[in-house]
Amino acid sequence: MIWTELDTWIVVTGALTAMACAVPGVFLLLNKQSMLGDAISHAVLPGLAIGFLVSGTRDPLPMLVGAVLAGLFTGVVSGVIERRGRVETGASLGVVFCSLFALGLILIRIAADHVDLDPGCVLYGALELAVIDSAAVPRIVWQSGAILLLNLALAAVFFKELQLAAFDPRFAKASGIPSGWIQQGLTIVTALTTVVAFESVGSILVIAMLIVPGATAMLLSRRVSGVLFWSLVVALCSAVLGHLLAISAAPAWLGWLTGRQDLGSLSSAGMMAASAGGIFFTLLAASRLAQRFLPTLQKRIL
Amino acid sequence: MMESFWRVLLLQDHNTRVVMAGACLFGAAAGLAGTFLLLRKRSLLGDTLGHATLPGITLAFLLAETFGISPRSFLWLALGATISGVAGMGAVLLIRKTSRLKDDAALAIVLSVFFGAGIAMLSAIQQLPGGQAAGLERLIYGNPASMTSGDAWFVLLASLLVAGVCGFLFKEFTLLCFDEAYALTAGWPVRPLDALLMGLVVLVTIVGLQTVGILLVVALLVIPPAAARFWSDDLRAMALVAATAGALSSLVGVVASALLPGLPTGALIVLSAALFFGVSLLIGKKRGLVIRLLLEREASRRLRREHVLRAIFECAEDGQPVVTLEEVLAKRPWKKNELRSEIGQLADDGLLTTEPSGTSFQLNGRGDSEARRLVRNHRLWEIYLLTHADVAPARVDRDADLIEHVLDQRLVDELEDLLDEKARERLVPGNPEKKLP
Repeated sequence: MIWTELDTWIVVTGALTAMACAVPGVFLLLNKQSMLGDAISHAVLPGLAIGFLVSGTRDPLPMLVGAVLAGLFTGVVSGVIERRGRVETGASLGVVFCSLFALGLILIRIAADHVDLDPGCVLYGALELAVIDSAAVPRIVWQSGAILLLNLALAAVFFKELQLAAFDPRFAKASGIPSGWIQQGLTIVTALTTVVAFESVGSILVIAMLIVPGATAMLLSRRVSGVLFWSLVVALCSAVLGHLLAISAAPAWLGWLTGRQDLGSLSSAGMMAASAGGIFFTLLAASRLAQRFLPTLQKRIL
Repeated sequence: MMESFWRVLLLQDHNTRVVMAGACLFGAAAGLAGTFLLLRKRSLLGDTLGHATLPGITLAFLLAETFGISPRSFLWLALGATISGVAGMGAVLLIRKTSRLKDDAALAIVLSVFFGAGIAMLSAIQQLPGGQAAGLERLIYGNPASMTSGDAWFVLLASLLVAGVCGFLFKEFTLLCFDEAYALTAGWPVRPLDALLMGLVVLVTIVGLQTVGILLVVALLVIPPAAARFWSDDLRAMALVAATAGALSSLVGVVASALLPGLPTGALIVLSAALFFGVSLLIGKKRGLVIRLLLEREASRRLRREHVLRAIFECAEDGQPVVTLEEVLAKRPWKKNELRSEIGQLADDGLLTTEPSGTSFQLNGRGDSEARRLVRNHRLWEIYLLTHADVAPARVDRDADLIEHVLDQRLVDELEDLLDEKARERLVPGNPEKKLP
């Protein structure tokens, strides 16, 4: 294994993005909207494609606008379907994001004649290529750092409101907190984070990092502030572990498992998502074991 | 263009026939299974399942050479997909059982983690020489045209199996969806039934890999059943509509992709389904937006008419049978124009006679009996609510023609006596000096 400067930047970018996702993710989790991240990251595809078709460049601004609009559209239309058709939340969300994603795939295929745009790249990301940059610090590091700071600041400012809107939306409303606006705001922030991360690390890392660190942290703490802190730690750890595995151990394991010698290193974004899952399932097992054996152990010691 | 259109539509190529039959049957099976999934509020499980198949597919691909199987064999990849799909479902159940996390969190965790692992392995395959990964791309985005006739037979048999089981166990699945607790206490094998339903969903997902691909397989499990909700409340009709919609979307999608080469077939199929959904949302017979709007307008019109009739009757009750517009206007916060047009309407319908002056009017025989019926019902229901609200407020049905149609005669007599007492109290206010007994 050879560690270069590029590897450092990959880990830094991955960690910053993962932590940026973990912050709104905790509140999505508390709002029982975990699938919204998945939905938005599918639904923004037509927004991106239209942005490309209109502007004709990979300029991030039209892309950002299109994607945020697509995210809001998903939220609003699935709400209408849910209320009018009395279809449950998940299904109405599914209808909207699947349709938009299909539209996006077709638009991208049409746009491909004009702009260099690969749906695969949008989906899985190309973290390894994104950090190659002539600047001392790659642009993408600044970008993901900025979105992390923004999300942390928003969470700090609106902490009480977000918490109340998640746990008791009725009480929040009664005490003058516009929980509807808080929810919309959360959707917008999620869409924004998704899009910024999209370009660099791909949607899969975003979907994973929105939910898995928060869920892991919920095994470790029962306070919202504690969950937020631990989710940041888990996000950081999975980014570091993920890249380490991707360039060293994972190809070796895979080679051993399948009996092949011709495998190169794996996608870092994919391995970061997988390591987050590894951390989650390990801690889940540990917490179960602790629940089962700690009482008897304590009894024996006392 | 026209020529190729007919060529596709008349199924002149063997390949088109195979692809179309496979895609249509898959659409119908997905619609059927998706209907139950929708009613069990688990629609997004299909999404998680679809994504969770990727690590199995990539592993199967990498292992193929070791077992001496062609890495392009769909059946071999489908086996891997099934194993990892079932593992993903197991992981969802495990998370749900062993932690405080909710369903949606469990679905999102399994989806992203499994898909991430799959992407990691896929990236290794993409680096292999010879562009072997192209065979896997068709499973991610879906490409029914790559179906061999062997694959099509598999799709056909699996879809028939799903449809057959759904038809055969329709009653059992219905019970499972609507009243699981009752089914459990009545001694139905709820867990095996649930497992069977999930098994069918896995099967549909695997079949769908080749048609619409991993990423969009959930679409055909969700969109046609959700569209069918707008057409009927009857589960049988809903399942039928969903199956038809699924089959039709696949048909339209395949035909469109034959005519527009270069566009992804899976996405076209899903877009056709989305189109069908949009149409259903607008003009669905049961809950479509248009029908709802019409019903709401009809209801508010009837309500206004009843209010006007009652107000006129009450004015006449207090004073002269001939009532002026101002008197009625004072009864409720009406807009003058609205009231005037409604009164004109009533006169046209022969319920009112207007005085020659035009500003005052009188209920005629038919109008009087209609107004009397409305006022009586209204007052009796009010008394009923005053006296019986603690017992059975749910029985109040203000739309019933006569209160007797809902409540029995003795209760109505009692209410009428109460109403008489009230009326007397109102006529002669009680002596304020006298203590109440």
